[in-house]
Amino acid sequence: MLRLLRRRLLQGVPLILGVIIMNFLLIQAAPGSFLDVMSAESQVSDPAMLEQLRVTYGMDQPVWLQLVKYIWSVARLDFGFSYRQNMPVLDVILASLPATLVLMLASLLIALLLGVTAGVVAAVKVNTIWDNLLSFLAVLFFAAPSFWLGIMLTVLFAVKLGWVPVGGMMSITAANQGVLDVVLDVLHHLALPAMALGLFYAAVYARVMRAAMLEVLSLDFIRTARAKGLGRWRVVLAHGLRNALLPIVTLFGLQFGTVLGGSIVVETVFSWPGLGSLMLDSVSSRNYPVVLGVLVFSSIVVILVNIAVDLAYLRLDPRIRAR
Amino acid sequence: MAVATPGLFRRFARNRAALLGLIILIAVIALALAAPTLYPRNPLRIVGPAELWPLQDPRFPLGTDSIGRNIAAIIAHGARATLLIGLFASLTATLIGVTIGSVAAWFGGWVDELLMRFTEMFQVVPGLVFVLTIVSILGGTVQNITIAVGVVSWTGIARLTRAEFLTLRDREFVQACRAMGMPDWRIVLAEVLPNALPPVIVLSSLAVASAILFESAVSFLGLGDPQVASWGRLVGEGRTLIRSSWYISAVPGVAIMLMVLALNLIGDGLNDALNPKLRNR
Repeated sequence: MLRLLRRRLLQGVPLILGVIIMNFLLIQAAPGSFLDVMSAESQVSDPAMLEQLRVTYGMDQPVWLQLVKYIWSVARLDFGFSYRQNMPVLDVILASLPATLVLMLASLLIALLLGVTAGVVAAVKVNTIWDNLLSFLAVLFFAAPSFWLGIMLTVLFAVKLGWVPVGGMMSITAANQGVLDVVLDVLHHLALPAMALGLFYAAVYARVMRAAMLEVLSLDFIRTARAKGLGRWRVVLAHGLRNALLPIVTLFGLQFGTVLGGSIVVETVFSWPGLGSLMLDSVSSRNYPVVLGVLVFSSIVVILVNIAVDLAYLRLDPRIRAR
Repeated sequence: MAVATPGLFRRFARNRAALLGLIILIAVIALALAAPTLYPRNPLRIVGPAELWPLQDPRFPLGTDSIGRNIAAIIAHGARATLLIGLFASLTATLIGVTIGSVAAWFGGWVDELLMRFTEMFQVVPGLVFVLTIVSILGGTVQNITIAVGVVSWTGIARLTRAEFLTLRDREFVQACRAMGMPDWRIVLAEVLPNALPPVIVLSSLAVASAILFESAVSFLGLGDPQVASWGRLVGEGRTLIRSSWYISAVPGVAIMLMVLALNLIGDGLNDALNPKLRNR
């Protein structure tokens, strides 16, 4: 297991290097640098001062030297400096990361619970009205854009019914309350964005789960389990589900990046103060050190999650371990 | 007595849902083609009172938006942008994916290794984040959005093409072509590629759907071209008025959903028709 971990981590290094080079060059292609926006915003027009800023940010150097310096600093976990927040880029990212992680995890939890349940029910009751209804819902949520779903959920549950707040992550009054109150308050705000983001993945999981379950349930060992007199649901849950879950684990790793992308859009709908809001703000203000930082940082996270998924495989499937 | 080999369309049409998808797609294409005739003037000009609900005035069957533009006209003209971006982004992705996948599998060795690492690079960068970066750097024109979406959508197609090529590369009919002295490029283009394409086509059709979702997200976030009527942009513009006129966001969202739904159903149907062996997966 350790050997696999080491090998995968080593394979990840050139990958990250490639991602850095690709994105760095992409941002070099941008017309106008963040210095233009920065100097326009603070109304600097003195050429001498502009020149000094260029030197400060190392932009007077050739591109390849800037690139090498950037790679070297990323290796030391330094993603550059964001003039807009007046903080190191890594600090800016880490400040927004918890909100995004909470949203992503809540969405994936919803997706797993709803998707796996729906998939199992549809497979067990295959070709009944339940199967048809669940498959229809899955197809529907698979096609609905998350930002639109978010707005529609807001209209229904926040505007019409008034059950949950329209946006934000916590109430203004939350600061001087107990820990439990704050957690409940955040959960209250989290419900809609997590649904908006999670329902799409619930649909994906439901479809995959249904197919995997149908395949597993037709295998011999299921018949054996039934033959030895185990109850129907016990066979489905203890024998079937366990074996049908593997594709879900794979999907989880593959989709981590898309969930991250999806949270950008959903965050803006609900003014959720996470990486997505940061990314959009940085994109529109041409704050390229942060844009580059988010791209590189999220790619590293995706690589690490995929390594974790590979390791989880080893635990879940003894057949892979044997190889 | 002919052996029953139902044609492609018959196999496709056996899937009722796929047929429904095809009907929706044809309707949207018809709408897009008819848009200049139905609404010859700029759909983004103000034509009536603001925030008029659907079905209130026969001139504005889908109502008007926050400043009195005809939503039906925006939907009709938006269909053009949506279809064009979806189609061309998927074509771009297919072109890149098929080229990289087939070259990697055909040459093998270090070429394969290098190209697959290159593919992985694009797989780990979150797609939407990458699209937003490209669009913000190059500007949100229709062409740039199309290219950006194509650039993030080809990895699956490349891997699939490579896998198909690997199973075909050493088959007897390919060896026969080699023995005949056919040049490599002809074997690849005329013999291997056509056999590898069916599953790739399915993935390409699904890529159209995801490209449309990408485009709508970019427009929704306000990074698209403000001069072009777009469904996603209208959803975003209606967002501020959800208390009084939620239909402004709802209507274009339904259009996006129907379009994506139709393409997904068509993709499933194509899968049934082109890959009968995989049907029960």
